[in-house]
Amino acid sequence: MTTYSLTTPLTDEDIVPLKAGDVVKLTGTIYTARDAAHKRLTDLLDQGEELPFDLKGSVIYYVGPSPAPPGRPIGAAGPTTSYRMDAYAPRLYGLGLKASIGKGKRSDEVKQALKDNKAVYFGATGGAGALLSMCIKEATVIAFDELGPEAIRKLAVEEFPLLVINDCHGGELYAVPNLEAAGV
Amino acid sequence: MRTIKAETIIEAVAKMCVSANRYLPQDVRKRFEECAAAEDSAAAKEVFRQIKENWELAEKSGLPLCQDTGLAVYIVEVGEDVSVDGMTLREAINEGTRKGYDEGFLRKSSCDPLTRKNTGDNTPAIIHFDLVAGDKLKITFMAKGGGSENMSRVTMLTPAQGWAGIKKFVIERVAEAGPNPCPPTMVGIGVGGTFEYSAILAKKSLMRKVGEPSADPEIAKMEAELMEDINKLGIGPMGLGGKTTVFDVKIEMRPCHIASLPLAVNIQCHSSRHEEVEL
Repeated sequence: MTTYSLTTPLTDEDIVPLKAGDVVKLTGTIYTARDAAHKRLTDLLDQGEELPFDLKGSVIYYVGPSPAPPGRPIGAAGPTTSYRMDAYAPRLYGLGLKASIGKGKRSDEVKQALKDNKAVYFGATGGAGALLSMCIKEATVIAFDELGPEAIRKLAVEEFPLLVINDCHGGELYAVPNLEAAGV
Repeated sequence: MRTIKAETIIEAVAKMCVSANRYLPQDVRKRFEECAAAEDSAAAKEVFRQIKENWELAEKSGLPLCQDTGLAVYIVEVGEDVSVDGMTLREAINEGTRKGYDEGFLRKSSCDPLTRKNTGDNTPAIIHFDLVAGDKLKITFMAKGGGSENMSRVTMLTPAQGWAGIKKFVIERVAEAGPNPCPPTMVGIGVGGTFEYSAILAKKSLMRKVGEPSADPEIAKMEAELMEDINKLGIGPMGLGGKTTVFDVKIEMRPCHIASLPLAVNIQCHSSRHEEVEL
């Protein structure tokens, strides 16, 4: 297990050394998008229109933050479960997305997309919404404001703590459930 | 007949929504300290460290524990000798939910199932009413997140499948859910009743205090056995491996049809937020 400090936008040189289990402290700009925003992004692509941000080297954080209380840029902001974005993620990786941040398992199609595009899937600690919020210094809605918590936000993050769950070499960190030991 | 002002209910409900989302209950904290101490792996210990730092930060900063402040789920015990003045009890609970989620800067997560348009105020709340004797009103609130709720399942077993079938189904569901529902999770199990009632039993079981076994010694034994077996799966905190895949297992049971064995598994993430108030 190695700890890396990375700054966005991410390049092949940033991604290739990463192995499942490594710790990454991420600094720079990341974009929030979850279920409804992914649907909208895909619709824009289908219509041949520009996306609200440049995917090249970018990082998408699967999160729907709680509203910002006075004096804070954002509310609680922990990861949401990633598999719901699996239907959209391979296409975005194919267009330059370098990393997604979420929690939980990914589909075989997403894992293949990581290999094909030298990209990575990061996990952040689910439920640690207050803790992760402290690493977010700025937050601005840049698209789909009407989606409320699901709007796309541009976040400035500092040393955002991540674990490499799926690397670009086929490695995966999650434990495989031992059904036999559990008597099933 | 005792009359309770709608305003009293609205205020109590709003207050519960805010505080339950900010303060992790003591029963859950105590259990996590025990689980963290028992873990060997660095990754599992680190997840518990972050969970603890998160609840301390939520307390200090006023931010909710988790960005998913849930759908507001209520189990309401209504005394037969209680009436509500001003509006219906259901309206008062919904109004309290609106107020609490707004004033507490909590995320509104309720939307139309097909258009996905957000209702904007986290209502309608999910409310289960139980009519009981007396002139009291007891409202138990739970902030139920979507990630763990999505991993929940209902099934109809055959009577022949019995306890072995129940165990197999529950363990397989927890295994299948893996890291998705933010383990360590609490598993609420409803056995018996009818198709829909088993799910309500499972939900109610999640509102029991952590570490408090069923009052029925036979059921308490089943809860302990199931917890031990599930934890042998080795999924661990956030799916990174370890001894704590579940931090509690609760079973609620009720007689069912001679032809049936309804079974519901309701999974609750580690941020097990619940609170109750008696008026």
